[in-house]
Amino acid sequence: MANNHNHDHGCGDYLSRRNVLAASGGLFAWSFVPKFAHAAQGRDPRFVTIILRGAMDGLSAVAPVGDPDYVALRESIALSTTGDNPAFPLDGFFALHPAMPQFARLYKAGQAMVVHAVATPYRSRSHFDGQDCLESGYEKIIANIDSGWLNRALQALPKGEHVTSAPGIGIGSTTPLILRGPSPVLGWAPPALPKAGPDLSGRVLDLYAHRDRDLYDALAAGLKVDAISSKAGMDDQLKARGNDIEQMKIAAIGAARLLATQDGPRIAALSFNGWDTHANEGGASGRLAQLLGGLDNALLAFEQGMKPVWKDTTILVVTEFGRTAKVNGTVGTDHGTATVAFLVGGAVKGGRIHADWPGLKTANLFEDRDLAPTTDLRSVFKGVLADQWGLSNTVLSERVFPGSTGSPPLRGLIV
Amino acid sequence: MTNAASQKADLGQIATRRFGLGARPGELRMVASDPRGYVVKQLSNPKSALLIDPELPSSDIIFRNQRKNQDLIKRGRDTEARSMTPSSSIPFLGQTKSTIEGTANTTALNSMLNSDSPMQSAVRSSNEKPKAQKQYQELIYETEAAARFARWASTDTPFLERLVAFWMNHFSVSIGKNGFVTAATGAFEREAIRPHILGNFETMVLAVEQHPVMLIYLDNNLSVGPNSRGGIKGARGLNENLAREVLELHTLGVDGGYTQADVTALARALTGWVYADPANDDVFGGKFRFAPNRHEPGDVTILGKTYPDGEKEQGEAALRDFARHRATAHHIATKLARAFVSDHPPATLVSRLQTAFLKSGGDLAVVTRVLVEAPEAWGAPNNKILSPFEFVASSVRAADVPPDPRPLLNALNALGGALWKAPSPNGYPIDSATWLAPENIIMRLDVSYEFAHRARIKLAPEDLATSVLGSQISAETHQAMMRAESREQALALLFMSPEFQRR
Repeated sequence: MANNHNHDHGCGDYLSRRNVLAASGGLFAWSFVPKFAHAAQGRDPRFVTIILRGAMDGLSAVAPVGDPDYVALRESIALSTTGDNPAFPLDGFFALHPAMPQFARLYKAGQAMVVHAVATPYRSRSHFDGQDCLESGYEKIIANIDSGWLNRALQALPKGEHVTSAPGIGIGSTTPLILRGPSPVLGWAPPALPKAGPDLSGRVLDLYAHRDRDLYDALAAGLKVDAISSKAGMDDQLKARGNDIEQMKIAAIGAARLLATQDGPRIAALSFNGWDTHANEGGASGRLAQLLGGLDNALLAFEQGMKPVWKDTTILVVTEFGRTAKVNGTVGTDHGTATVAFLVGGAVKGGRIHADWPGLKTANLFEDRDLAPTTDLRSVFKGVLADQWGLSNTVLSERVFPGSTGSPPLRGLIV
Repeated sequence: MTNAASQKADLGQIATRRFGLGARPGELRMVASDPRGYVVKQLSNPKSALLIDPELPSSDIIFRNQRKNQDLIKRGRDTEARSMTPSSSIPFLGQTKSTIEGTANTTALNSMLNSDSPMQSAVRSSNEKPKAQKQYQELIYETEAAARFARWASTDTPFLERLVAFWMNHFSVSIGKNGFVTAATGAFEREAIRPHILGNFETMVLAVEQHPVMLIYLDNNLSVGPNSRGGIKGARGLNENLAREVLELHTLGVDGGYTQADVTALARALTGWVYADPANDDVFGGKFRFAPNRHEPGDVTILGKTYPDGEKEQGEAALRDFARHRATAHHIATKLARAFVSDHPPATLVSRLQTAFLKSGGDLAVVTRVLVEAPEAWGAPNNKILSPFEFVASSVRAADVPPDPRPLLNALNALGGALWKAPSPNGYPIDSATWLAPENIIMRLDVSYEFAHRARIKLAPEDLATSVLGSQISAETHQAMMRAESREQALALLFMSPEFQRR
């Protein structure tokens, strides 16, 4: 092609140009596919990693209602197991956010569990670097990170004779870092043009308010927001437009179908946006509740879409770090450290919470502000890879998570 | 930063944004030592505006293929119809899905991506409705679009692409007209616009008004002189559409001083300007043809000048005069200044452009040079909002959004600037007011979000911002980007920032 800036992605560009696949909601390949082995014990496991971008507030997703300092820290957004819209008690100490009834049901059925007070080694509270650390699986942030731990895990899987499809699939328009690397993976993006959610809309509006009157007026009118209304009023109206919530379900439905296919991928990565709740986070209801409700519906979509293989499925839900223990001046929370991780699926040894609880007294908070981490998130990743995929400790500590010898795999996560 | 350095940096912005398609990372650095020179130098390279591509044939071949395709469909030979490729003049029979050369692995990949595999069924049901295979005209249109997106993404003469877009919009045609126009509009641009952007305006006018795509779009292929042989026999008569738009839009402009009588007279002169039937004619089919049977006999008088009875030279002579007319000079000068510099351009600039146009006899190289060397152009504040095409091109260049045709065509549609589909022969508005409308800004938000997720750029967002906006990045935009919840969100904020949206 004259003047075609051809990137070396192997057959990816060629395929999309030749329109072998349906429109923009296509299945695309990043490279040629390797052979793929049966996993441990003759089972055929599925592993989904969902990344919540923006730092999900773990203290609100699974509230330590039994902790004496909890209510004072969280003031008006504290959850309770009594009254209107009560949280689901999980054990005597923790309660699950009321927006997650599907997770509550799966927890009762032993197919969902929580890991609390968990974090990666990263401590500097920047979204970009935090997400890079989460996805790369590296100890430290380096320049030009070129691969993610899930891709390196794929590389390390024992090769077999059974020739099938590419084992890994990234959901979204580009492959997330967690799946980038030498091992070839597929990609799938939902067909519709996703709409920017209230979080982005609000940030742009804010930017225009300080910089460009005409753009502000136009955007505000477009968002049907009164230009001089208060911030709180604006948020309510912005909520009505947002589509971060629907996108979760759409992505989950698509991914589930692909993962359930006999010849399909076995490992998937998705990310959901909108979790950076600095203002008006809400307690039992509000912005975070909406997001958690969306996540809950996505988990249900996975359960329904993967019925035939649900018993071999593990879904891991993680975020780059948590949020401040104390609510801030705009009824929200700021960047923190430790948070929760969820495991959901028929392969999960669920119905329990793994938490070495450090407490919420100021002296026990990390840097006097954040829930302190007592479990390394990499141990959770390693636990799934070891038990479900048969990867050895050596491989996990040297190739997949280099430098993580000090954080052994958390065992017993998988049935 | 000293004043001189920041001055230069702003000139870099003007060089890449006012007179470009937005900077690719690193382009600002390249431009920094001589921003004006960077733009002027592009003018000495008119050939790089051409678009030669083995997959993109000439308009007459496209017309003939389109006709063949329609015939096949009419006769129910759908499979053959759907296996036509852009440049084929014979439908390929028995061609199956594209196969990829390679190892055994590719067979596995192929079979998985084959439309009958379980994977594809899964994908299809995920996509909700199965998509019909493309017809020839859609296929060509997308191939042309892909070539444009690739060109915008990688060109080293972005100013020339801006000129192409300006003139293509000035001589606007719409693919909505019919299948032939859908198929051949890209060829129209390649043949009638690109070769002439720095040539003589008169030459461009003749190339445009004799191009079969324009003749169809403005219905001249239906126009018949009432006293011509064809007119006397048949029921059809004069169609004034082309003549009106030639005077109102292409040359003199709406205030150019022509009358209705002039329009009708020109319409008579242009009768017989048609194209050869693409059916069953593999030599001339689809090419411009003068049809004497339809041409209105007799002299015509337009704007006080009489053009004697003749064949196509009658109309050609009139067009040449319009191309050099004082009102045309004013019209073009005003449009250039409004499109490139400001919605309310300084009178001095318009006047200088107009004089250059008149004195040079419509030499666009001369006129364009006056534009890019104008102190008004380099001093004007960034008040214009990027048009949809400029916005898409800038995002693609800045963040390495893949130039895949479908998503970018969808984005242009969503932004109200569908490629070659302006709702009227006026073309898309060149003032910013339309793009500032609330519903258009909202769509920019969604498109920014999508682009941010498809961008392949590996630079950290703040480095990218500096790389493409230089010193113009405001503290507020920088802070908003640094506080974004993800890299994608930071990119979306960059695309939506006032510094990115205005030039």
